[in-house]
Amino acid sequence: MNAPNPTSEKTLLIFERGAPGRGSSLYPDCDVPDCAVDPVLLRSASPDLAEVSEVEAVRHYTWLSTRNFGVETGFYPLGSCTMKYNPKENEAFARLPGFAGAHPLQDPATAQGCLALMHDLADWLSRLCGMSAFSLQPAAGAHGELTGLMCIRAYHRHRGDAKRIVVLVPDSAHGTNPASAAVAGLEVREVPSGPDGMVDLDALDRLLGDDVAALMLTNPNTLGLFEKNIEAIAQKVHAAGGLLYYDGANANAILMQSRPGDMGFDVVHLNLHKTFATPHGGGGPGAGPVGVSERLVPFLPVPLVMKDAVSGQYLLDADRPLSIGPVRSFYGNFGVLVRAYAYILRNGEEGLAAVSEAAVTNASYLRERLRPAYRIAYDAPSMHEFVITGTPQKEAGCSTLDLAKRLIDYGYHPPTIYFPLVVKEALMVEPTETETRETLDAFADAMLRIAEEARTSPELLHDAPHGTPVSRLDELRAARTPVLRWKRPEG
Amino acid sequence: MSAIPKDRFYTASHEWIRIDGGKASVGITDHAQHELGDLVFADPAPVGKKLAAGDSVATLESVKAASDAYAPVAGTVSVSNRALYDDPALLNSDPYGQPLVVLDLDAAFDAASAGLLDATAYGALVGGKG
Repeated sequence: MNAPNPTSEKTLLIFERGAPGRGSSLYPDCDVPDCAVDPVLLRSASPDLAEVSEVEAVRHYTWLSTRNFGVETGFYPLGSCTMKYNPKENEAFARLPGFAGAHPLQDPATAQGCLALMHDLADWLSRLCGMSAFSLQPAAGAHGELTGLMCIRAYHRHRGDAKRIVVLVPDSAHGTNPASAAVAGLEVREVPSGPDGMVDLDALDRLLGDDVAALMLTNPNTLGLFEKNIEAIAQKVHAAGGLLYYDGANANAILMQSRPGDMGFDVVHLNLHKTFATPHGGGGPGAGPVGVSERLVPFLPVPLVMKDAVSGQYLLDADRPLSIGPVRSFYGNFGVLVRAYAYILRNGEEGLAAVSEAAVTNASYLRERLRPAYRIAYDAPSMHEFVITGTPQKEAGCSTLDLAKRLIDYGYHPPTIYFPLVVKEALMVEPTETETRETLDAFADAMLRIAEEARTSPELLHDAPHGTPVSRLDELRAARTPVLRWKRPEG
Repeated sequence: MSAIPKDRFYTASHEWIRIDGGKASVGITDHAQHELGDLVFADPAPVGKKLAAGDSVATLESVKAASDAYAPVAGTVSVSNRALYDDPALLNSDPYGQPLVVLDLDAAFDAASAGLLDATAYGALVGGKG
């Protein structure tokens, strides 16, 4: 007798299940009069829906739900780059009736608690970043980048300096930086990294000129290295008449340790899901607040939440003639803001300092545990993340993709691979502050075993993962000839 | 790895350029396609587009990275290799036979002033790996 294939049943699409004519009757009989519908609006044939029984449908989706992997089911070394663990108490705060039941169009006088929260959150973010004011409106990090660049562009234009249309972006930057600059109507030029993985100051000198609007920088950068020349960089950019943009993707490393404003940055965006532990699942609502230094405050999106000094009332100030205008409907993703605010208050300044310290300590510990078997790219004291180069393993016949796929067999979601682009066979690891030593050790043990397997039994890696419903996917074919829609087989 | 053709010049950013009178074919080297990995998307600049030296002649995407290829010299696109749009894998299999674009050159070609490398110098740059 042939052994049953345990995976085939599990990989069926809902449309591949069931049988013609099968279904579940969820609707009661119609008990209202039929009404005439314009025939042009009517289908000529039934939609091609799945024909499954109720229990088939329930089992299908329940099974799929068990295949989710997230920070609540296991360790993933994508870290804050994706999303930190979301403390559950913040969900309770976001569900308080006064917050959850507020309507964006209600009279501000009746939403004073919500406005007070937004005002205080903006204050906190300004203090943490050394900025003068924050807009909470942008709906995600890249949206924050676009908003910040629009403010920079408006600032230069307002000064009558409209020729500044170039944005400098390091070659190690997040891909969103050049994309945001292009969407903002600005031109991108790439700043090469030096041999130490930092901004090449000589190259920066050559690129700076009277057409440069801004330099976008992530600090620590995507290699997890703190740009130690940041003050010299800021001095050069400002001397050339440009502004400095802080990509807050890695702000988790510097919370309460140093402030972008003190480094010389003029604009900051923060990803609340990266730094302040708000949920950001499945592309769901995010928040990418943007802070600016004094000279850029007039250009922030409207409305801003202000506090009337006399009455003590909070109000929405939309009368700001130099503003770039609203960048999103209403006031941003308010529920996300509530969670970030709760996280900040729960931690306080001391707690936030402990967050960044633990994030850096955890990454450093993991880096040293992996050092015996892996080559560290740009080997220098790193911050909250570090980058391995899998070139020795690659030369031995196992690519970084193979290493990552094998990690799935050990129960881990693989880390970011092939980024940053300046590192060959890159594998970027960020554990975040919430992970225990036991978790870090177990992950390190798995990584060391995989390095050993790469040496002794590379074919094990080539075919990985082995324990998943589908094994190695043909990513190349999927990208070249994607099948975006299921079609019922003929006959 | 295929040998580095001697009938053309190279850039340090791994483009090749082959001159034919007032026209220049521009493509990516075997080293470049190898570093990028399997290409899944190629979008060469359209016919008629005027390019300065250093402007993008094509946007390329592989399973690993997205990258631009750059014009080594200034010119106007006279041929855009749209076959690559339909089948980007051609760049993996035949990088030296598949130009991204052909340019009508703005000025008389001068490899030295354009900062280009010959096959020997380029070979040394990529460690003899083509």
